[in-house]
Amino acid sequence: MLKEGQVRIPSGCAISGIISKSGKKINGERIVKSIATMHDRSNGLGGGFAGYGIYPQYKDLYAFHVFYDGNSAREECERFLDRHFDIINLSKIPVRPSSKITAEPLIWRYFVNPLPTKLTDSHLDEKEFVSRSVIRINSQIDGAYVFSCGKNMGVFKAVGYPEDVGDYFRLEEYDGYAWTAHGRYPTNTPGWWGGAHPFAMLDYSIVHNGEISSYDANRRDIEMYGYKCTLQTDTEVITYIIDYLLRKQKLSLKDAASVIAAPFWSTIENQPKAQREKLTYLRSAFPGLLITGPFSIILGFEGGLMALNDRLKLRSMVIGEKDDMVYMASEECAIRIIEPELDKLWSPRGGEPVIVTLDSMKSSK
Amino acid sequence: MAIDFLYPEYEIKRDRDKCICCRVCERQCANEAHWYDPELQMMMCDSAKCVNCHRCVALCPTRALKIVKTDHTFKENANWTGEHIAEIYRQAGTGGVLLSSMGNPKKYPIYWDKMLINASQVTNPPIDPLREPMETKVFLGAKPGKVEFNSKGEIKNNLPPQLKLEVPIMFSAMSYGSISYNAHESLARAARELGTFYNTGEGGLHEDFYKYGANTIVQVASGRFGVHKDYLNAGAAIEIKMGQGAKPGIGGHLPGIKVREDISRTRMIPEGSDAISPAPHHDIYSIEDLRQLVYSLKEASDYKKPVIVKIAAVHNVAAIASGIARGGADIIAIDGYRGGTGAAPTRIRDNVGIPIELALAAVDQRLREEGIRNNVSIVVGGSIRSSADVVKAIALGADAVYIATSALMALGCHLCRSCQKGNCNWGIATQRPELVRRLNPDIGYKRLVNLVTAWNHEIKEIMGGMGINSIESLRGNRLMLRGIGLTEKELSILGIKHAGE
Repeated sequence: MLKEGQVRIPSGCAISGIISKSGKKINGERIVKSIATMHDRSNGLGGGFAGYGIYPQYKDLYAFHVFYDGNSAREECERFLDRHFDIINLSKIPVRPSSKITAEPLIWRYFVNPLPTKLTDSHLDEKEFVSRSVIRINSQIDGAYVFSCGKNMGVFKAVGYPEDVGDYFRLEEYDGYAWTAHGRYPTNTPGWWGGAHPFAMLDYSIVHNGEISSYDANRRDIEMYGYKCTLQTDTEVITYIIDYLLRKQKLSLKDAASVIAAPFWSTIENQPKAQREKLTYLRSAFPGLLITGPFSIILGFEGGLMALNDRLKLRSMVIGEKDDMVYMASEECAIRIIEPELDKLWSPRGGEPVIVTLDSMKSSK
Repeated sequence: MAIDFLYPEYEIKRDRDKCICCRVCERQCANEAHWYDPELQMMMCDSAKCVNCHRCVALCPTRALKIVKTDHTFKENANWTGEHIAEIYRQAGTGGVLLSSMGNPKKYPIYWDKMLINASQVTNPPIDPLREPMETKVFLGAKPGKVEFNSKGEIKNNLPPQLKLEVPIMFSAMSYGSISYNAHESLARAARELGTFYNTGEGGLHEDFYKYGANTIVQVASGRFGVHKDYLNAGAAIEIKMGQGAKPGIGGHLPGIKVREDISRTRMIPEGSDAISPAPHHDIYSIEDLRQLVYSLKEASDYKKPVIVKIAAVHNVAAIASGIARGGADIIAIDGYRGGTGAAPTRIRDNVGIPIELALAAVDQRLREEGIRNNVSIVVGGSIRSSADVVKAIALGADAVYIATSALMALGCHLCRSCQKGNCNWGIATQRPELVRRLNPDIGYKRLVNLVTAWNHEIKEIMGGMGINSIESLRGNRLMLRGIGLTEKELSILGIKHAGE
């Protein structure tokens, strides 16, 4: 049977996210409890988490989380890292072995910084240097797969039910200001940990529920800009699109949302002039990046989360608010289980982004 | 000479029991295939003059007429077919080049018919176009590579000029001259009502039709017939015709018999003279020359209109398209070898060029590999026969399609392939006033609107089935296609998987 990346595997899913706007630390247990409630939306073939603000002691370093098939892949990858990065710290990621999580790869974590000489020679900005290095490891070193490479954030994922994955990675030992989680229901056996979600690039991570029908149009468009969709998953292509629009085109989150879940032309035509012109511009300038078909995503980034549905809202997603906390989930029960008394609970409309950032980010801007 | 005698390929069959000698067939046939014999008090006919256009059949009030393929035959020979033999007799008799009209009719593979379309089941939902919005609007033109911001941090509108199409279908170039005034009027009015464009072809723009400028693409071909500053600024876009699918490598042909007063004035050539465009543009002998013409036209139109470069699908089409995309063109139109024509040498029509499906797939892929696909839009033509062909073309990578043969059929064309004779009984490919009158533009334009509207409904149904609610998300979405009965090589050129994969 073909593995993830050799074939496109559609899947259904559950997603959940939590953020504290004031930057309060949230223990990893909370997000595990939330996603566990939606057990039936996954089938044990993939679960994962992304935590933001979890590495305060190394907050200025890129945290690489890497799966290895064996020690030779690790040695080769470490030689590459040695040549291109300062490795400040490296270790195995601590896990709690369990009968529910099997076929474990070697899982390592590195806190690194690009070597200044290499960075200068590359004529790239630092983030581009890091992202290209990661793409190179993933595509060229057989048996090595970097699945997380942002600063002060980390992805934890495996083949299994999400609550078992959380337990395996000992998430109760991590505290962050924001978390996302994913439970996967693929229609095939991926059998490979890299195929689980979240999918991450630099500090962007995506959890996604849906099966987009625009996939190949999006893939073929984004691959023109130096990205390579090796996993053939929606999540991968959506992450690259977000990275391209935010980091390379410097669009705001809201404008990026107007590209990927663009309003209908009939809606655009009824907007006030300035807004109409902007939306027309965004939709005409990036037609290949419009995503259609069902999706609900939670994008994690440095300092915030964004929830977004496809423009017809073909996947469920609700938002809950309580004091400075914002909750996002496929189902209300996943919010109520960790916060029964909400100030507000609502369903965002299709294509309407819900953007939540740390209060500290707003004041600094 | 007896050796030049050829038995007619099609025979007129008249049911004498039904014929009432009303002589409609006689009056309707510009080829004079029917006449009344007063002595015998019977209608007579000469099948040798019949072009099989069905005009008489359609108008016979008693259904007394039909046209059948003759069973008269040469001795069966798989190599020397009757067609080869007849053409040799004809050329031995005249010393001339064989002329034909409309697209390549030979039995080459039709790749549209070897591709199947996907639909959603269970894992994602089909979308119902009767209940949800379904968008087929397209903008054609170059896209900005980079978003720019003003000093206030607002997005600047750096979008080059675009053509807005309400449907991903345009009417492709057919010159005034090759087709009639009434045919042009029908196309222009239909384009306006549909929110799309028609194309003047290389014959200039009749003064009566300047008012349809917002829905007109004006063409500049190698003969430069009817090209002047007002003409260039009259339309919404300018198309440089480098080639045509029906006759790659040669210029246009308009027999002098069709060059009457109006046409002579519009084309700016003497009445009755053959309008033979040169094979190359005499100011374009290389790609850098094309770039200069592109920018000359942009200068002449103040950079307000997209420039289209139309080429025939030939072997090296991907590399040529890449050159054009870097040459300042906003849109590339590619015309496949089945594309129609009002007159072309038969041997060229039937043997030169490649299928549009393969050309499109190769061009789209090549431009993507070079990262310049968004510098241009791609429009394809050359036998788009139905909405399914449109959907497949867009899924392979086209932004929109050009139709012409289908449009003429909506106006009454029966594909008799005799346009070059100028005797079109349906009033389309003729300049004889009494024939032109037969095409009523009030009815003609409505039939064109009907056709495109019907196709657009079908496109929406098919898109909805795939779970796609915007045409942008179909463009280049090759996972939505599967090949059937294709070789590995064909699949790899089309960039699609085989059914079952």
